[in-house]
Amino acid sequence: MNENAQWEENWDDAQADSTHYVLRLFITGASANSRRAVINLKDICEKYIKDNYSLEIVDVHQQKSIAAKEQLVALPLLIKISPSPERRLIGDLSDTARVLKGLGISEK
Amino acid sequence: MSSEPSNTALTLLKKTPSGINGLDQITAGGLPWGRPTLVCGTAGSGKTLFAMEFLVHGARDFNEPGIFVAFEEKSEELTVNVASLGFDLEKLQAQKLIKLDHIRIERSEIEETGEYNLDGLFIRLGYAIDSIGAKRVVLDTIESLFSGLTNEAILRAELRRLFEWLKEKKVTTIITGEKGEGTLTRQGLEEYVSDCVILLDHRVENKISTRLLRIIKYRGSVHGTNEYPFLIDEDGISVLPVTSLLLNHEASTERIPSGIPALDKMLGGSGFFKFSSILVSGTAGTGKTSIAGSFIDQSCKDGRKSIYFAFEESPQQIIRNMRSINVDLQKHIDSGLLTFSASRPTQSGLEMHLLGITRLVDKFKPEVIVLDPISNLITVGSASEVKSLLTRLIDYLQGANVTVMFTALAYNENKTEQTDEGISSLVDAWLLVRDIESNGERNRGLYVMKSRGMRHSNQVREFVISDEGLRLVDVFLGPEGVLTGSARETQQLVERTSVVLRDHAVSRKDREIERKRLVLESKIATLREEFESLQEELNKSYVEDELKKSVLDENRIQLTRKRDGSE
Repeated sequence: MNENAQWEENWDDAQADSTHYVLRLFITGASANSRRAVINLKDICEKYIKDNYSLEIVDVHQQKSIAAKEQLVALPLLIKISPSPERRLIGDLSDTARVLKGLGISEK
Repeated sequence: MSSEPSNTALTLLKKTPSGINGLDQITAGGLPWGRPTLVCGTAGSGKTLFAMEFLVHGARDFNEPGIFVAFEEKSEELTVNVASLGFDLEKLQAQKLIKLDHIRIERSEIEETGEYNLDGLFIRLGYAIDSIGAKRVVLDTIESLFSGLTNEAILRAELRRLFEWLKEKKVTTIITGEKGEGTLTRQGLEEYVSDCVILLDHRVENKISTRLLRIIKYRGSVHGTNEYPFLIDEDGISVLPVTSLLLNHEASTERIPSGIPALDKMLGGSGFFKFSSILVSGTAGTGKTSIAGSFIDQSCKDGRKSIYFAFEESPQQIIRNMRSINVDLQKHIDSGLLTFSASRPTQSGLEMHLLGITRLVDKFKPEVIVLDPISNLITVGSASEVKSLLTRLIDYLQGANVTVMFTALAYNENKTEQTDEGISSLVDAWLLVRDIESNGERNRGLYVMKSRGMRHSNQVREFVISDEGLRLVDVFLGPEGVLTGSARETQQLVERTSVVLRDHAVSRKDREIERKRLVLESKIATLREEFESLQEELNKSYVEDELKKSVLDENRIQLTRKRDGSE
């Protein structure tokens, strides 16, 4: 898919530039937590790492088999794939300080 | 009057068989169908195995596929761990009968950033259930979530939702939980799972461990409330009901000979009842094993399959020793009628022994078994445990139509009235062998303490072990009561002598009488002779008188004729 291609591209970018953020957010449909998580994440990204990130949002309800593959338990879940180390952030991402800590971004 | 249809068919709680040996018996059918069951216990009490066995039996025996959600062990580890119990998880997974899912939550990798829920778990589980049509689910150990995630309020709400959801899904679930301080589980899961709670325990006494299972709660069902010992061995879990809930064994009126004819006679003429339990107790060296050996020999001779459980001697020792009293057990082994099972009591816990016995009985299907001696079992358990073991054993054996003979060592002469194991009230017949010490020697006395349902002798019989086998000597009453051993022999000799003497005296008297008779008879003959001669004499004079008279008469007639002058 187009999305996938872009994903690959982003991955390559990440290799080139270590400060490029590759993020994946797992949500469950249009639940309140999920909606808040999407909004919160977009806000943070736009504010702190604008133009320096790629974000994939996965609706677990659409791809149920992914739940076991990705060790999903608590949702919403944000995985920071790059830069390493990989980090997992659960919750609606409303605690900005913790999100930034989890992503390894220093507050400016 | 009322036109309402009477609702006679009550809806009983639907149950699903766990397939775990013995558990379905005490739960009267298994675990509550479509509901969650909490299995809690300390570390190493067998929770995971319990749950896994439930799944494997479901998949293999009841056509109910299952999901195993492991929060602690990895799928591969789990597969290896249960392979030792003969569960081939790889195969069952390939057949889509079982699905393993390992859920890993690493706290250090996780940052909590706000509100969340466990939808991931729900979706995962739902997907797994739907993919193989699972009917059974195991969550082992869901409490691990509490160590991975910190927001307890969310977790508790989510767990409550999870259990409700599982009920809606109509899957029978086992949730395992580690036992906490003062609570059944560390996180109080019992609050959420209220249908059935099973506690597994693991106790070590005298360095020997016993596993115990107790059903704490079973809503909507009768269940045994005792602590039931259970075992984990190569066949998985076996729960051993302490006593069956009913006492309804069939009673046989058939008899089974004891192998000692005189003993049979003491027991109303034909021996023990079939399927009864017999206790032979006595002090050391009184011949208990010999009685047991004779009994089993007789059974084999009558074509009954038998098992000899030896807890003290090796089979070879027993065979050799029995040969010395002319009982050949080897030939029964060769013909396949007799099996020996020898084990040291300390080799395993009591439960293991009981299981070993029941297993072998199930396999070999004997009609007669001997346990020799049960006293040694006390070294691995307390008296009450041994009693409960024997109770269950007797129960089981009667159900399996097996006649059983126990031998028990009475440690103390004074305690002969009561066996140390306290099982005398359980058995149907009780033979007591004891030493009778007198005149500087010990002799064996045997008596029937009790024999339910038959007339039996009340006598103490002397019991002799000889090259020809076992023999009961006839009761010998001397002037001072029952005599035994050499005292009996002496008394017998004395009596035999007196018989000879008396015989002699009698014959002498007889001869004298004979002589007297002869003398008397000759006297009688003489007297008769005398009488005859006297009679003859008398007769002679009488005839002469007659003659004289007739001559006189003749003469008178002639004289008269002459006077008349007619001449």
